[in-house]
Amino acid sequence: MRVWIPGSILGAWALLAMSVYLLPLSPNLIQLEHILVPPGEDALLGYDDLGRDIGERLLVGARTSFLVSFWVVGLSALIGTLIGTVSAYQGGVLDRAIVQVIDIFLAFPGILLAIALAGLLGPGIENVVMALAAVGWVGYARLSRAQVLSLKHREHVRAAEALGSRRLRIMTRHLLPLMMAPLIVEATFGVAAVVIAEAGLSFLGLGVQPPDASWGAMIRDGTRYMLVAPHMVLAPGIAIFAVVLSVNLLGDRLRDTMDKRLATAARKDQ
Amino acid sequence: MSRPLIKLQDLSVRIGYGDKAIRPVDGVSFEINRGETFALLGESGCGKSMTALSILRLLPQPAGRITGGHVYLDGEDLTALPELEMRQVRGRRVAMIFQEPMTSLNPVLTIGDQIGETLRQHQQLKGQAARERVLELLDAVGIPDVQRRYVEYPHQLSGGMKQRIMIAIALAGEPDLLIADEPTTALDVTIQAQVLELLQKIQQETHMAIMLITHDLGIVAGMADRVAVMYAGQLVEEASRNRFFAEARHPYSQRLFESLPDVGKRDHALRTIPGFVPALDHDFAGCRFAQRCDQAWDYCHSHVPSWSIETDHHHHVRCHLADENVIAPPVSEARETALRHAAAGQHNGEALLDVNDLKVHFPIHKGVFKHVVGHVYAVDGISLSIPRGRTLALVGESGCGKTTAGMGILQLLRPSAGSVRFDGTELTGLKGERLRRRRSDFQFIFQDPYSSMNPRMRVGDIVEEGMIAQRITKTRQERRQRVEKLFAQVGLSPDHVHRYPHEFSGGQRQRICIARALAVDPRLVVCDEPTSALDVSVQAQILNLLKQLQNELGLSYLFITHNLSVVAYLADRVAVMYLGRIVEEGPVAEVLERPLHPYTRALISAIPQVEPDSRREIIRLEGDMPSPANPPSGCHFHPRCPSAMPECREHYPGETGSTEHRVRCFLHR
Repeated sequence: MRVWIPGSILGAWALLAMSVYLLPLSPNLIQLEHILVPPGEDALLGYDDLGRDIGERLLVGARTSFLVSFWVVGLSALIGTLIGTVSAYQGGVLDRAIVQVIDIFLAFPGILLAIALAGLLGPGIENVVMALAAVGWVGYARLSRAQVLSLKHREHVRAAEALGSRRLRIMTRHLLPLMMAPLIVEATFGVAAVVIAEAGLSFLGLGVQPPDASWGAMIRDGTRYMLVAPHMVLAPGIAIFAVVLSVNLLGDRLRDTMDKRLATAARKDQ
Repeated sequence: MSRPLIKLQDLSVRIGYGDKAIRPVDGVSFEINRGETFALLGESGCGKSMTALSILRLLPQPAGRITGGHVYLDGEDLTALPELEMRQVRGRRVAMIFQEPMTSLNPVLTIGDQIGETLRQHQQLKGQAARERVLELLDAVGIPDVQRRYVEYPHQLSGGMKQRIMIAIALAGEPDLLIADEPTTALDVTIQAQVLELLQKIQQETHMAIMLITHDLGIVAGMADRVAVMYAGQLVEEASRNRFFAEARHPYSQRLFESLPDVGKRDHALRTIPGFVPALDHDFAGCRFAQRCDQAWDYCHSHVPSWSIETDHHHHVRCHLADENVIAPPVSEARETALRHAAAGQHNGEALLDVNDLKVHFPIHKGVFKHVVGHVYAVDGISLSIPRGRTLALVGESGCGKTTAGMGILQLLRPSAGSVRFDGTELTGLKGERLRRRRSDFQFIFQDPYSSMNPRMRVGDIVEEGMIAQRITKTRQERRQRVEKLFAQVGLSPDHVHRYPHEFSGGQRQRICIARALAVDPRLVVCDEPTSALDVSVQAQILNLLKQLQNELGLSYLFITHNLSVVAYLADRVAVMYLGRIVEEGPVAEVLERPLHPYTRALISAIPQVEPDSRREIIRLEGDMPSPANPPSGCHFHPRCPSAMPECREHYPGETGSTEHRVRCFLHR
């Protein structure tokens, strides 16, 4: 599939998430006369069980999921890569300790740990970000540690050491750029996972609190009226589906092109 | 004369489609008779492996295909054979062994199974009969203790052993023709001698033909009956071995001989071949070698030379100079390359580097608590010294610890014991910032120019890196100017600084690596096999450059290598290393002409010589180098030594000989 279809879906997602700040929306306005009204001329996506405009709530939900995935992926990738890189490059006791910590984190099912954390911290969007990032860094740490372990014995790293380059410079110039490809791919898949995780936490009531909207919370509210008003579930469901699918498609595509570039470079080496 | 066993007629191969298709083999014809060894000689990328693969119709699929010509095996056209019948040819009538024995065997099958597979396929042997035949074959290729080896897996064998297994698999089908594609390139020189001798012995017994693909003129001289030289997809010369070595006619063949380093060329620059092998994706209007040939004239660029034949010698040459119908202009006497005298200017006997009893041991951890259960004695007490402006070569086979020694000296690996004094400073005690600042004095050049550069950095930035680390120049402007100067110094165009490493050839990359090392004004450079990944003609360029830089800058080199011809050409002194220790050390001429230690003698005798008539006695070493984790008692060399005595088992011999020429052997007390 071409890049531009998933690309434009993601672009629209980001754009809509940002448009919330500009548009005169009233997503929490309760209009009792519109309860469970299906999509029509009045509202493109219909109204929910309290008579709120689903279209407007979807927009606000887009902002929530966008912000959550941006922060969670950004924080976990940053922390995880830092810990993994330093741990592997330094080696020794520090590395062994960090590996133990990573193993302990991996032993828990991630979403369960996030639920426990979110429950402990109390509901709220900041706490969702923290709970998911606390679980998410492990993957990046493990990935970057493995990358550095194989990269640090490469001759160009040895050459930089022989020239007397500083550790920080070796890490930023010789290690990070070479492990970017797998990290970026991991991050794109991470976005999809976070969108789903946020929806899940909100669905359980641990994320965004009423009356604020998020896609997960909207599905949670809609399940009760699934038979009489399926549009309440369908709109956010399709939104999540489209975003996650697009991110995954783009991630696949990205991995392929990066592989290809590496393969071309390697072929020229021969 | 009887029909040739195999006959290639105007064979052409294409890989890829459309305009991008390359033609690695373009109109190649030759014949091989029964019982004959035919050597196909050429540098990397000339199409010699593709020729071999197309005989077996094993070209890379789906892009590779035979586009013209025929391959006749005993009169039968293999190119027209259906795939099913072709399978009966492969392994049964034509067998092939590959360069890399480490990856040619299936790691999850036992040796017995892998040889038995061919027997089952081609000889319909099963069960006890097959087992007996496998043991017979293992015995024939000189594998000791065959009963045990039968049930072992490839990882339990050394490289030389694996190549013997490959040969046994090839022999299992009792082929008429054995294609050996660089069979010893991945092996050490003493192991190479074993394998080549084995091939010759088997050929005498079975009377099969061998097509030997190689880049090593020495191997050709020792093995071949006839030689064909391949260049850019075509044969450029074909002759009997004696005639070829006495009177090579094609300029390319001549240049190959001249670019070989040896002791006689010490005081001169080696002759090199300028330029590159042309891309093979287009038609050629003239001779393919014309652009790199110093005897070429206009006619060569516009007319394709024919395959001229001197019938009385069966000597074919693809060159206008050899064609009687073409009148060549009077060639100005083949111009000599500017020969510099390797003057030993700065030599004043003072040692720049003094290594004393250096040890690098690696602990072996085991168990949950990672306690140390033993050590790998990679470097086990070596002492050496290098004067200013001089070159010491550290020679040894793979696994002897020579690279570890180089790294230990430069503190890239911290030594376990011993001292390294550089210009009066003890390096082993230096730490952190002080060691870091000192690093500009000594640099390392790595073996593999492909992996020693960061693929994501521009080559200009790569060279600049050391200057930033050592704060050699203040402004970016100055650094840039210096990078360009360095590029010019190592023979690269300063315009190339913005390119990425993959845009360069192997030789060019090694030049960039040299420029990177020179950027910090080092006084000592450790060169770890800097030419072993390169072709002969490129190797000559790099050796010339290193020698020239030594003269200009007064550098000292620690030259780590396994190639004794390079040592003879480049080094002043040589130290021979075996299993973590130096067994002999002395001036190059002394050691190479009058070696004292039995290991040095074996090493020197095992180098293939280019003179085909020099029938030397190869001292055969039995077996392989033992593991440095568990070295033999007494003298480490005694299990393989032809002149071992009872006391060799008891103690490691002390150092004897003169101060100039030291040796550690009980034969010299």
